[in-house]
Amino acid sequence: MTQDACIRVERAGKRLGGKEVLRDITLHVPRSEIFGLLGPSGAGKTTLVKMIAGIDEADYGEVYVKNQKMPRLDVMSNIGYMAQSDALYGELTGYENLDFFASLYGLKGGTKKRRIMEAAKLVNLSADLKKQVLHYSGGMKRRLSLAVALLHQPEILILDEPTVGIDPVLRQSIWRELERLSGQGITVLVTTHVMDEAEKCHKLALIREGSLIAVGSPESLKKETNAQTIEEAFLLYGGARA
Amino acid sequence: MRVQALIVRIWRQFIHDKRTLALMIVAPVVILYMMSLVFNGEEYKPDIGAVNVPAPLVHKLEQYGATVVEYSPEDAEKALEDARIDAIISFDGVIPHVKLEGSDPSVNKSVLLLLQKLLQDMNPAADALKSSISYLHGSEQMAAFDNFGPVLIGYFAFFFVFLISGVAFLRERTGGTLERLLATPLRRWEIVIGYVLGFGLFTMIQAGIIAWFAIDILDMIMEGSFGYVLLVTLLLALTALTLGTFLSAYANNEFQMIQFIPLVIVPQIFFSGLFNMDTMAEWLRWLGAVMPLTYGADALRDVMIRGKGWADIAPDIYALAGFSAFFAAANVLALRKHRKI
Repeated sequence: MTQDACIRVERAGKRLGGKEVLRDITLHVPRSEIFGLLGPSGAGKTTLVKMIAGIDEADYGEVYVKNQKMPRLDVMSNIGYMAQSDALYGELTGYENLDFFASLYGLKGGTKKRRIMEAAKLVNLSADLKKQVLHYSGGMKRRLSLAVALLHQPEILILDEPTVGIDPVLRQSIWRELERLSGQGITVLVTTHVMDEAEKCHKLALIREGSLIAVGSPESLKKETNAQTIEEAFLLYGGARA
Repeated sequence: MRVQALIVRIWRQFIHDKRTLALMIVAPVVILYMMSLVFNGEEYKPDIGAVNVPAPLVHKLEQYGATVVEYSPEDAEKALEDARIDAIISFDGVIPHVKLEGSDPSVNKSVLLLLQKLLQDMNPAADALKSSISYLHGSEQMAAFDNFGPVLIGYFAFFFVFLISGVAFLRERTGGTLERLLATPLRRWEIVIGYVLGFGLFTMIQAGIIAWFAIDILDMIMEGSFGYVLLVTLLLALTALTLGTFLSAYANNEFQMIQFIPLVIVPQIFFSGLFNMDTMAEWLRWLGAVMPLTYGADALRDVMIRGKGWADIAPDIYALAGFSAFFAAANVLALRKHRKI
């Protein structure tokens, strides 16, 4: 039992509309790790991530973030959350969107302005801040959502499918940034169904139909199954071996 | 402060969305103007077909504003059949006989009123019995529009604010931004208060423009204080705002939000005093008591037609404030569906 884990999920489960979407999940994420949740769509990744972010609650079991039982508002102000759908205000400009969320997290005046510019630069949107978001492309909206999650320099980043629709060059620079943040002690929880992205995580959890089927570093997962790729390993853990 | 951030955001959205802003302000003004044109028209002048009517009486009828055409009995029947005239007056000896076209009650009424005046003239003795008439409120010149104008001011403020705020909150829900908001430390009541205050400014502007337009431009009857009209309109709009955002919790898309209009908005106009409640079945009247517009319309009429002050409208004001507080609290509870804390 790692008491000092930054995120702890203890035997948690959830039913939605009579269907069991998460079954008996136990997961420990240490501080400053990039932890990937890998699984096909519908596996329950988003539900799990929402429970950790404090938006959703488990039917049974517990979720702790920084040793506090979730949901708790004071812990939530230390989490940067990027939802799977771009939750942005289309009528507003990019700057106004960032300004709004920055104010919600209590940023003010010069600090707020500086953080907005830094976050926008990070996702390469500095030149487009004056445009209304409804004129953004899908990838630009994705990047703006990411900037919103980074604004208040949270200790924990929860990113639900962050790089969908982002071009490969920018995707690389985003991963470099996540690597840098984790080096600064920030814990990053990221969901994906892209296998080559999964390779970049320090540790991976494989989820299928609401159950955790394996946890470990990409190398150890491959080694254990004698697989060449993560995809192969996933298939083997999923029962394709039998 | 987080509520302040929400308010600023709503203002910015309004400034970017000029069409919605226009709907809130221009639409009620245009509709009020059209209603005033329809209902402030001149008094109806009936067309009379005269058969064997003595010449002095024809003259009298024309003096009272009727258009009189003399017919033979057969032609008169034909004209009535074709609805070219509203009534036939025929004299069989000294007894007048009247036949009305009869398909429009308001036309019937104006023909009968004309005859009443005529008969009074024919019987000089009635003159002595003519009572003297005075008005406690209003005047002889008061038009129908003056009577239900105050109700309309309240109704349009209510309707447009309900629609716009309901859809705005719904879009927050369907667009995923509500969930995103709930991932921040923002509290549920802060969201509701932010919406009330953010929209509050625009409803205040709307209330002011509608009331000013009705009173100064359309020359609607106005006996009391403009400040009270503004206060009542604003409270009505606030009730609409809290009700709209609350009900949006029970709609999955814009179309379902529109479905609330015949359920929530239209019935209110029947119970708001536009039609006389005294003739309504007793058990139906309590329905009026749960509808915010009943109180708003009552207060607006008290102020605008009867020139009453705070003491008379205070119960209505408290009722409207109560409705707003109730719906806002209900919305805070409804948001529990998305996040428990």
